Formats: sequence, C-alpha cells, structure tokens
Amino acid sequence: MTIKTMLMAGALSVAATASWAECAFENDVPLSSLTAGFEAWKAVTDAMAECGNFTANLDQDFREKQPEAFAANPSLYQIGGVANSTMVPLLNAGTIRPLDDLVEKYGQQLRPNQLIKIDGQTFAIAMMVNNQHLMYREDILNDLGIAVPTTHDEVLAAAAKIAEAGVVDYPLGGTFMTGWNLGEEFVNNYLGEGGAFFADGNMPSINNAQGVRALEIMKAMTEYMDPEYLVSDSTYVQQQFQQGKIAIANLWASRAGAMDDAAESQVVGLVKMASAPMGSVRPASTIWWDGIVLATNMSDEEADAAFRVAMEGIDTEMVQANNDAAVWLIEGYEPGDLAAGAAATAANGAAPYPASGPMGIMHTVLGNGIADYLTGAKDAETTLADIEAAYVTAAKEAGLIE
Amino acid sequence: MKFKTFAAFVAPSLFMMLLFIAFPLVSVFVQSFYVTQPLYETVEVETCTPGFLTQTCVTETKSQPLRDEAGKIIERTIFVGLQSYRNVLEPDRLWAAIQAGSWNAVQSIDFWKALRFTLTFTLITLPLVLGMGLAIALVINNAARSIRGPVIFISLLPFIITPVIGALSINWLFRGDGILTATLEWWLERDIAMFAQAWTIEILMMLYRVWHVAPFAAIVFYAGLQTVNQDSLESALIDGASRWQRLRYVVIPHLGPLIVFVSMIHLMDSYRVFEEVVGFSSQGHVISLQWLTYDFLTPDQAGNRSISRASASAMLTMVGIAILLVPLLRRTWRDHKGGRA
Repeated sequence: MTIKTMLMAGALSVAATASWAECAFENDVPLSSLTAGFEAWKAVTDAMAECGNFTANLDQDFREKQPEAFAANPSLYQIGGVANSTMVPLLNAGTIRPLDDLVEKYGQQLRPNQLIKIDGQTFAIAMMVNNQHLMYREDILNDLGIAVPTTHDEVLAAAAKIAEAGVVDYPLGGTFMTGWNLGEEFVNNYLGEGGAFFADGNMPSINNAQGVRALEIMKAMTEYMDPEYLVSDSTYVQQQFQQGKIAIANLWASRAGAMDDAAESQVVGLVKMASAPMGSVRPASTIWWDGIVLATNMSDEEADAAFRVAMEGIDTEMVQANNDAAVWLIEGYEPGDLAAGAAATAANGAAPYPASGPMGIMHTVLGNGIADYLTGAKDAETTLADIEAAYVTAAKEAGLIE
Repeated sequence: MKFKTFAAFVAPSLFMMLLFIAFPLVSVFVQSFYVTQPLYETVEVETCTPGFLTQTCVTETKSQPLRDEAGKIIERTIFVGLQSYRNVLEPDRLWAAIQAGSWNAVQSIDFWKALRFTLTFTLITLPLVLGMGLAIALVINNAARSIRGPVIFISLLPFIITPVIGALSINWLFRGDGILTATLEWWLERDIAMFAQAWTIEILMMLYRVWHVAPFAAIVFYAGLQTVNQDSLESALIDGASRWQRLRYVVIPHLGPLIVFVSMIHLMDSYRVFEEVVGFSSQGHVISLQWLTYDFLTPDQAGNRSISRASASAMLTMVGIAILLVPLLRRTWRDHKGGRA
C-alpha cells in the first residue's frame, strides 16, 4: 500500500511538473513555498505549480516553521504565505525582501490595494481578505419574524426567540475554543467597543469599561451556545451549521463556501451572510489578509523567478476557477452572495487586526485567561487584571517592557 | 567480567545518556536562570493593509528589534537568578490567596491549578492501575491455556495505541453528540455535555489513562505470577486458606517488588500527563504541569516564546517527580539493604 501511494505521489508530482500548459512562461529555477493549508492556498499553489519546477508545502503549522526556515541562508523556501500577524516575526528578523522593483517589472496587473506597505516599501502581496461576520439561517429568522440582527442586543433578542421556539439545538454558535480562537473573540469585541490594547511603552490597557463590556457580551452569548463552547473551533461551528444545529454565528468568511457544499451540508442555500454585529464604535470583527512574501536569503535570479511564479498563482484565471474559495482581492473576482457579509463588515468600518510583537503576546494571554471568566471562576475585573499581569510577565521576558 | 570489557560494553550507552539526557538537562537547568531577549528600539511605522476598495494606512509607534550589519536580530542574555521560577510559581499571589483563605484564588494561578490536577490525576489513577492490572493478570493466569494467547493479545491492545490518538478517539466518542454521549443521553433521558465542566473531563481523562496503562501493569504482574512458589500455595490450600487469603498473603507479597516497579513507572509517567490535555483540548477547564511547559514553549503568531519560564517549569516538574518517588525509592533501598544483610 505504501509503495502504491508513493508511486501515485511520484506520478502526480511528475504530472504537476510536466503540465505548464496554463502558465505564461516555463520556470527553470527550482522553487518551493511554505504556506497555510486551507482551500485558498491550495488553489493558489496549484496554479503556481503549472509553471513547473515548483514544490508547494501546505502546512497548518507553518507559523512555527517559517521564521527559522526563512532565517537559513539560503532560505529553505523562496515563497512564503503569511497573514497580518504571521508576517511580524519575518519582518522583524528582516528575512523577507522588499518587492517594489519586482512589482514594477512583473506586477502591473496588481491592484494598489494588494500591496502591503511598511514605511512605503512593499513587503507582501495580499491575495484575499478574511473576517468574522454574521451567518444566519434565513428560513428560521423568516419563520419567526425576526429581522437580521445588526447589534449584539439584537443578536441576543433573536437568540432568545429562537430558543423559545426550540427549532435548533442551540440558537448561537461561536468559535470560543480556549486559546487563539477565544483570544480572537475578545479582540473582535474589544475593538468593536472602541478599546485600545496598549498604553505607552507597550504597557497593557485592557482593564477598563470597554474590556468589561467585551467580556459581558461574550458571556451573554455563551448562554445560548452549546455548553461545550470552550472546545468549539471554526470547523466545529461550521459543522454545527451544516448539520442544522445552530441558527446564528459570527464565523469566518473563509467558511462561508462550506455552507453550500452539498456533499457536507444539510442546509444548502439556507445560510445567509450579513455584517458582524455592531459594537458601540465599530463592528465586532477584525479584518485579516493573506498574502505572499519572498525570502531575503536567495539570489536575485531566484527572486525574479519566484515573483513571476507567484504572480501566476494569484492571477485572474486562478480566481475565475476558484471564485468562491475566498474573498479575493485579485482582478477578476466577482463577489457573490457568500461574500456579502465580509464586504458589509468592512463597509461598516471594522478595524484591521492590530498585528505586532506585543499583540502576539496579548492574544495568547487573552486566549488562556478568558475561560476563567466564562466559567464563573473569576469576575470581569479580576480576569482582566490577571490577564494584564500575565502579559507583563511575558512581555518583560521578551524584552518588550523594561 | 574484567573492568575493561565491562567499560567497553557500557561506554556507548553511557555516552548516549550523557549526550541525550544529561547534557540537555544541564542546558535546561542553566537556561532557567537566564533570559535571552532582542534589543528593541521604538520607531514610527506606517503600515498599509487592504480594505475592500482602498487601503487603510495607520502610523503607529512600534517596538522593532535592532539588527546588526549581517541582518541578525541583536540579542542579549541576562542572568535573572530565580526570577523565572518566581514567574512560574507566583509566590506573592499564592501567599495573598492563602492569607485570604481562598481556594479559588489559589486555583486561579496557573502553576498551582496545574499542580492540583496533576497530583489528583497521578494519585487517583495509581491504585486503579495497580488494581486493574492485577485483576487482568489474574484473569489471564486463570484462563484456559488454549485461549490464553488471544486473551493476552486483546488485553494488550489499549497499550499499543498511540496515546494522543487514543485520547482523540475518546474525545470524538464523547464530544458534542458523539456516539457515547448520545447513548448516555438516551439511557439517562437527559441532556449531557461531557466537555462543559471540569469534573467530567477529569473523570474521562482518568478513565482513559487507566484503560491505556492497565495492560502494562497486567503483563508485568502476569510475568510475576508465573514465579509464585507453587509449594507455598499448596500448603496454604492445605491449611484451609481461602482464595482471597491465598492472594492476600502469598501472591501479593511475592509481587511486592513488581508493584513498586509499576508504581514508580506510573508515577513518573502520569506526573507528566499531557496527551490527555491536548487530546481532549481541555485547557479551558483543566491544565497539567507538562502542558504548562508546552504552552510556554509554543510561539505566538508574532514569534514570541517564553524559553526561560519553560525551562523553570520543566525543572519544577522534575523536582515534583523526584519528591513523589522518594517513599518508593526508600522502600526499595531498605529491601535492597535487607536482602544483603
């Protein structure tokens, strides 16, 4: 069986290298990429492979490997896939190169919106955006005469009505799994309330009225969720939707396509998208982007080839073939119904995720610390004070605070 | 054996032990007293990220690590003494919590929360593993010779399964409306959420660990049962000893050293409980000391990790295991000396 699999894999990779029919040029420089492993990256790296001599590594643990791999000289990968937050360590270490000259040479088709600029220099080419926004069962809301909720209070009122009608197991779903997911929920709600994470000198500043309010919103939501919410990640919430167990959730735009996947979903065509509920200031959501970076530690010839291959990966043909796999930023993308929520959230003024070194630590301590409030072990102020204390300890160790 | 021959045989393994056990241990020990961190400068940075139609550009002051001419981040390593241990143990908070007499406050400190669970887990599973192991061994020993092979094979199966995979399977059987939760709900006619509170998760974890490790204890005890002196058993039988009395006064004393051996292995293993926390993704409710070390080591998205606290936490785990083993080691030492006398 293993031999058979290996033969198959071998045959496939030969096939991949042999078929550069749809690529505009024939690549003769060996290249490889390290990116996350979700659907959009698969589409993009498949398109890159059409140019030949290219190996894609799709890895959900990419963020733990990327900093070391790119720091090697020569770099172990020429092309990297990053998001707002995962670009920070690469940028700090100087292991990704400015792309301005390459953009000028080969990137005429790129939109200005796609160029991620740090102090005027382009360091990454964004291909898609992602945010958490409201997904709801249109049939249930219509049956019960509920308007599409636009604020937290309306979401809770709708949840109460749905619970009373008893049409689903749990009115709400939420990506409240302890760790990164739970931290992200707080970040969304805290920014929605208009909070700021840091004071001068990287000191934390979350123990305030906005922080307490963000926690209270989260706790109020959990009343209507599956009691096992502390273990429910995006995939779990997506499945709850697909199996008709929940009616409303604030879920990632990248998961929208799965709702209409007839092979998995029992609710095809019933789940609609809307803006994330408004906090006091802006929608309770953050805008993320995913994009391509090139390593510093490689020759200019390699960089040249890598950039051209990358451009083939994120060209209009790829988008047309995979229109619903993501909310693309690329020319040729036609936003369908599934992208409506992501667009409305952005139009309502959602903030970009405030990625930085200190924010990495803050996100982690939030993800570890909030469960104590939700389970009732601590009150809101104590929870926030403990999280701040944990942040200070970690930030001191990292050298971010004197 | 000549000393030279002895040395030649032992040297390779001694070298390996030094290289792979002693050296890393010393290195972790040293690291727990130092902190390595990049030097930061504060700069104004303009960052432009995509919106839907136009870009959002923000100018912020950011801390940026300094880089040398070769482009490497400049780091400094400073001696911090016991600071990392203090950061893990948080003695000030612990003392305040004790003075306030609040168990909840003690349990809100990560280390003590993890220690509470780790100790409960270790000390509750130990007698269960010994008991179950002995029971399985007796069943195998009393099984007819013709079916003994298959019985041994089946009872060993749980031990063969990779721990993380086993924990994940149990997770899926019970998570949400998993098969077993659904069955329980049907049987008890009530809604059950096994992963919604700490105590049900803890029970699942302990059951899983006993299920997983008991076969190991069983196979060791079964080996021991083969060497029970048949004459003693027969004379006990003639003296009118019941089945229970034979077990209590002949078999168990004979298995004594093996029971100590299994206990030691189990204490060392279960104090490092980790697979269960990851497999059941229980960190919202329950964490263990080993998980705490792992969490310190895991880099966040911006690449920060707490090597020093991880080292301190790892050393504290070792100290904990050593303390737990003291009573058993003393017993073995006594027997050893007694045996020589």
